[in-house]
Amino acid sequence: HLVPVFCLAAHRCARLLQKIKTEHATPQLYTALHRRACSTVSTPRITTHYTIHPRDKDPRWEGVEMERFADEADVVIVGGGPAGLAAAIRLKQLANKHEKELRVCLVEKAPQIGAHTLSGACLEPSALTELIPDWKERGAPLNTPVTEDVFSILTEKYRIPVPILPGLPMQNHGNYIVRMGNLVRWLGEQAEELGVELYPGYAAAEVLFHEDGSVKGIATNDVGIAKDGSPKDIFERGMELHAKVTLFGEGCHGHLAKQLYNKFNLRENCEPQTYAIGLKELWMIDEKKWRPGRVEHSVGWPLDRNTYGGSFLYHLNEGEPLVALGFVVGLDYTNPYLSPFREFQRWKHHPFVAPTLEGGQRIAYGARALNEGGCQSIPKLTFPGGLLIGCSPGFMNVPKIKGTHTAMKSGMLAAEAIFPKLTAETLDSETAGLHVPEYAENLKNSWVWKELYAVRNIRPSFHNYFGLYGGMIYTGIFYWIFRGKEPWTLKHCGTDANQLKPAKECTPIEYPKPDGKISFDLLSSVALSGTNHEGDQPPHLTLKDDSIPVARNLGIYDGPEQRFCPAGVYEYVPLDTGNGMRLQINAQNCVHCKTCDIKDPSQNINWVVPEGGGGPAYNGM
Amino acid sequence: MSGRVLVGVKRVIDYAVKIRVKPDNTGVVTDGVKHSMNPFCEIAVEEAVKLKEKKLIKEVVAVSCGPQQSQETIRTALAMGADRGIHVDVSGKDYENLGPLQVSKILAALAKQEDAQLILLGKQAIDDDCNQTGQMTAALLDWPQGTFASEVSLEGDKINLVREIDGGLEHIKINTPAVITADLRLNTPRYATLPNIMKAKKKKIVTVKPADLGVDVTSRLEVLKVEEPPQRQAGRV
Repeated sequence: HLVPVFCLAAHRCARLLQKIKTEHATPQLYTALHRRACSTVSTPRITTHYTIHPRDKDPRWEGVEMERFADEADVVIVGGGPAGLAAAIRLKQLANKHEKELRVCLVEKAPQIGAHTLSGACLEPSALTELIPDWKERGAPLNTPVTEDVFSILTEKYRIPVPILPGLPMQNHGNYIVRMGNLVRWLGEQAEELGVELYPGYAAAEVLFHEDGSVKGIATNDVGIAKDGSPKDIFERGMELHAKVTLFGEGCHGHLAKQLYNKFNLRENCEPQTYAIGLKELWMIDEKKWRPGRVEHSVGWPLDRNTYGGSFLYHLNEGEPLVALGFVVGLDYTNPYLSPFREFQRWKHHPFVAPTLEGGQRIAYGARALNEGGCQSIPKLTFPGGLLIGCSPGFMNVPKIKGTHTAMKSGMLAAEAIFPKLTAETLDSETAGLHVPEYAENLKNSWVWKELYAVRNIRPSFHNYFGLYGGMIYTGIFYWIFRGKEPWTLKHCGTDANQLKPAKECTPIEYPKPDGKISFDLLSSVALSGTNHEGDQPPHLTLKDDSIPVARNLGIYDGPEQRFCPAGVYEYVPLDTGNGMRLQINAQNCVHCKTCDIKDPSQNINWVVPEGGGGPAYNGM
Repeated sequence: MSGRVLVGVKRVIDYAVKIRVKPDNTGVVTDGVKHSMNPFCEIAVEEAVKLKEKKLIKEVVAVSCGPQQSQETIRTALAMGADRGIHVDVSGKDYENLGPLQVSKILAALAKQEDAQLILLGKQAIDDDCNQTGQMTAALLDWPQGTFASEVSLEGDKINLVREIDGGLEHIKINTPAVITADLRLNTPRYATLPNIMKAKKKKIVTVKPADLGVDVTSRLEVLKVEEPPQRQAGRV
């Protein structure tokens, strides 16, 4: 047929392309060389990252020095969030108590500690009090005790109040409304005081292995690679940090954790993780509307009863009329026309919400994926040379919508399990990483597990004909009355990516236009996140196969990534030739939420870490 | 000739962050906001380090005026290749009112104290866009100045400079000691890689106060009000 003729033409074309000297050419190289059996239309090259196109086969990299500088530490922690910092602090506390020297290095992709942190948040201070009992004297930014707790079911025009009976998971007595970014920054200061080496602005890009397959440490990202994948003059290799044991605290859906799941088969006995996306804004409101300490949650409108999600609105009390509000949508939604960002924007117009925001000014925006799988989805936590902590394996208590206290506790338990092994006299870590299975056992015996076990069936109970209402009834009976002691454990429905229905089976949703006062368009929102990346680098949203987005995502699902990305990274634009579309990836907009890696129905998108220091510049989110 | 170069680095709000005016209109919000080294200062540091690598100068000293956090900016300069740092401690109200005149007095005093042969600065800072410090420093020291430099080459005890001016490119030759301010196309700054950041922790940063240098940082300017630019109205066709 046509194929052999096409291949001959392609071969000739390829030989011609090789003759052209490319000097940091812009990425419109037409690859007609695809040997995969896909469309005969040539796809513009999108992905240039070396994780998809290895450099050892790339002629542009011949002769480039690829050796890396290496350094040794006792413990390396990936991720400067609540879990990573709690682990670092606990390790140093133990080292100081037992008068032992311990080198703890923490790498964090954000340019400063707290800049990539985003959470509601209503913090349960239990873990913090265990870690630093005098947190108040030390100035921890827990300034807003919860004074009022309101729960509603919203309809398009009205609100049904739901009493929060004591014992229900969403009760917030004793908790604090916090700006998590500020708390994380404070934790970072505490860690530095104790002697932890913090390196913000450096992302862990690669896991390193010993010969026996155990984890040896990590390597930070290379810098100075051009957008087309070739080396720039300022190219420099990342650095290797070797450790006796490495803690991975990358947060929800970490990219290194994804590799570790495969390498060590950590997910063979657990359910796939399920997720939600949380979008958040900070507003400076009219003082007359400000009610410090007030916590509002709602479910219902604008989501239908079969789409999990809801809203939060917290009045902070830090000297100015600031509210933190946001919207969460479960990523197991089925309609590819759903846009979590636009659901959030239209929720703000509800008669119960809009009055609070009228006359106010929006000052921040951001988004992040969060875990919803509960204890059914927790993988194996330890492997030779490393452990998983925090939201990476996923310890979020979904009905409480809190995961910070459990994340911190997991970090502390990890430190406590590792410490005796690190300081034991018999240590042979030159060629093998430490295996610390005690961490997983201790976690199972701690309050973290008890708490997660009790609420394990609440989220899955949502999957019934009555959706939200069935879930609420289930919660009322089995959690409030029976405290989660029912002998069965409900399963999730499979991966979030598999839940999307083809576009032709679904109805497009008519979203209202943003009014520019309460609701806003996507691009002005992204500008408020302060996100930016070095422009001349390969897009870090890599595609395993560049042709699948148009063939499958657009063809079958009408390009859901255009709608679920809260930063406008993915756009389907017409081809220059006029017939057909292509996917344009605006990688500079990325806010590192990880939703695309989770929800892509073709699971073709692989989020890898960009050059460290890039990403959002959240301030107290 | 001492072979010593002084490089000024300024800590500014990162260029990608959306600026917000404080509710009391006295300034912009800086608390917790992402800061980084002024992009033109990065270019100045890169040029100084390049000169040292070509063995045309012997030592690069990074200087920053500001609060405690300015030391992070000096640390970045050290990681890029500067040898040591001087942190001139100015904080609080003094820092809010710190402008080119006071900074140039400080730099002039340091240049004399350190016996500097060359002062390399960025052409302007992206927060105030003043474009004055380099010129004022040269005037105070009575040194020649090569501003908006897009090419610098040392020739004995003179400097050949290409300046970017409105009309095109101007080629000049100036004597040393001199003040040079860097423009965008002078070079592409290298990254401060992690091993260099770790090494930089061992390099020395000395803290001094403006008074130690005999400089009075009282401002001659008073900020009356800071407000957002007016909202753009829709155009009419």
